Amino acid sequence: MAPQSRPSARFRPNDLVDFVIVGSGAAGGIIAKELSTAGHTVVVLEQGPRLTERQFDHDEFGTFMRGHNINDPATQPHTFRPTPQQPAKQRQVLVYGRLVGGSNAHFTGNFWRMRPSDFNEASRLGGIRGTGLADWPVTYEELEPYYTKAEWELGVSGEPGPFDPPRSRPYPMPPLPVKSSGVLFERGARALGLHPQPSQMAINSRTYNGRPACQHCGFCLIFMCEFRAKSTSMAVMLPIAEATGRCEIRPNSYVAQVELGSDGRATGVTYFDAEKRMQRQRAKAVVLSANGSETPRLLLNSASSRFPQGLANSSGMVGKHLMFNTYFEVNAQFEQPLNEYKSVQNTRMVLDFYETDPKRGFYGGGGIDARFGRYPITFALEGLPRDAPTWGEGFARELGRQFPRTMAFGCHGTSLPLETNSITLDPTLKDAWGLPCIRTTYTDHPDDLKNAAFLGGHATDIAHAAGALKVWAAPVVAQTLAVHLLGTCRMGNEPRTSVVDRYHRTHDVRNLFICDGSSMVTSSRGQPTETISALAFRAGEHIADFAKRGEI
Amino acid sequence: MAAGAAWAAADLFDVEDALAFASQQTSANVATQTRALTPAQADVVSALTSRILPAVDGRPGAAQAGALSFIDRALATFNAAQRPLYTDGIADLNRRAQAKVSGAAGFTSLTSGQQDEVIREIEATPFFQAVRLDTIVGTFALPSWGGNRDYTGWHLLGLEHQMTFQPPFGYYDADVNRRN
Repeated sequence: MAPQSRPSARFRPNDLVDFVIVGSGAAGGIIAKELSTAGHTVVVLEQGPRLTERQFDHDEFGTFMRGHNINDPATQPHTFRPTPQQPAKQRQVLVYGRLVGGSNAHFTGNFWRMRPSDFNEASRLGGIRGTGLADWPVTYEELEPYYTKAEWELGVSGEPGPFDPPRSRPYPMPPLPVKSSGVLFERGARALGLHPQPSQMAINSRTYNGRPACQHCGFCLIFMCEFRAKSTSMAVMLPIAEATGRCEIRPNSYVAQVELGSDGRATGVTYFDAEKRMQRQRAKAVVLSANGSETPRLLLNSASSRFPQGLANSSGMVGKHLMFNTYFEVNAQFEQPLNEYKSVQNTRMVLDFYETDPKRGFYGGGGIDARFGRYPITFALEGLPRDAPTWGEGFARELGRQFPRTMAFGCHGTSLPLETNSITLDPTLKDAWGLPCIRTTYTDHPDDLKNAAFLGGHATDIAHAAGALKVWAAPVVAQTLAVHLLGTCRMGNEPRTSVVDRYHRTHDVRNLFICDGSSMVTSSRGQPTETISALAFRAGEHIADFAKRGEI
Repeated sequence: MAAGAAWAAADLFDVEDALAFASQQTSANVATQTRALTPAQADVVSALTSRILPAVDGRPGAAQAGALSFIDRALATFNAAQRPLYTDGIADLNRRAQAKVSGAAGFTSLTSGQQDEVIREIEATPFFQAVRLDTIVGTFALPSWGGNRDYTGWHLLGLEHQMTFQPPFGYYDADVNRRN
């Protein structure tokens, strides 16, 4: 059905709507579309503003250093400690998109399916002592139709690689044009007997459903696409939801609590509007899609006499098993210009090291892709090798010479779920709305760092085999900055060890659902967005069915 | 799904719009008068930015990009907390210049070689690190922040600011993209 250009719905907070959804990102946008097209009334509350394409920019300084369009440490500070034994200090560790569209609006576009092997690693590997590694309550086969739905409804460019899981439909669009980094990557990988393949990207390689092909401006990573060529919730799902006339996207709405009635059912949410006035949106059911840090915080901030340790937290698992994914880069300089500042982040990758191999002696796997990952300021600050001059003629000369000649090999890896890696409430720090702030506790499992170093070694080999003049990498160290926020309200069949069931319904509250990165049981191989999207399509369908059958 | 086609086509932010928007953004606001720094302090900071990122090989440097305008505007607004660091650092630089060359009025009266020698003395100080960071930001941040006049900084890197490119993008993909 083509969306009609009728004005979107407007509800008053006192109206009893069918669903209130907290968050408008990868999951929230898809669920809003699924529920509203199924005939339900929906209010989506988004803490950030609503921006139009005309307000997007390529402002590296504003985005990276002044907090534009991301969670703002000035008003939303949070604290960090590596382990529970250490004091937590104020520090920006978690970064997410704070606008209508969420982090999905500024994501790079990498769109990887997980494989059947991802869903039952715990039982196949016999578990890993000291970790919370668990099987998913769904299989790849159950999720496959929703991966396909995500690829076709959103719009994905790619072609199957040699290790891809079974798929019921081909990719809707061919791969994007290869960049120089991709050509070099392919050359190096093939020389080593690896299997390079085109990167699978949620970016249009041709006109798709009325949205244009990528124009190759080069500002995908952490920027929004002016052309709507990036296949995001913001560009694709929210317009369809609004066109139903049953869905309202309400920006600048900072949710404080999920409210619970005396019967133990959610009655809606309280939130601060743009003027910081407390409002209450009544709803028959509540869906949380606020990301893997804000969703658990909201539950913990919604503690009550019935749920003293946090709403829907009878298991004690809310906030636990936080996973960041590991990300490390190997950098390389080549003789001729690559001009990596043009076009999408990456066009070639290898997934040869995807599977956990017990022979390596550690858990984990991942992918390596050809990318750049730098804009002008970040390149000047950290794009040259460590032995390069840092000021003066030599510095200026090297910046000018190497900016077009540099690429990176991005290593995307697993994180093991650990109970001690968590989102909790800071006992003293409050945000600008007076709400308790997030306290993050995180230390990579040793296997995660071994896996990152393992991938980095292969990336180094590929760079040399590609003919790089110079290859270097920063040492693999514990991560203290995260954009992937996963695992903190994990799915499971067992109410004692998980927060939501296989349909994303919380075990504790019948009309409270959670679907976002927090649902993930394992971390994926470093690119979780397609799995979050598939889970959201599946959750949206089931939740709509439950509503239809009176089972909410 | 065919959804969205009619709706999106009617309201599409198209290529021409994007290009027009991008060209509006190139008009930089260059401060003609400093707001936070005195003229004498501004001369020292300007000289520093020229030594940190000098014009070489026919390419522009931080001075041509107007990094000073960014630095001054930042010190007058969101970076006001660093004004004492700048004031003290500039005074220290002038004292060091006078100690190095008797009769020198200050840092700006040294030759660039002598300036580099003084900079090497203070390379590790918070002051120099701040000026280095601000010089880089002032050279490469969007012109709307006050520096990077007419995208001069991006020219230094060989980066053309366009909203659209077509393949081939670089040397190594030229053959394969011309074939396709």
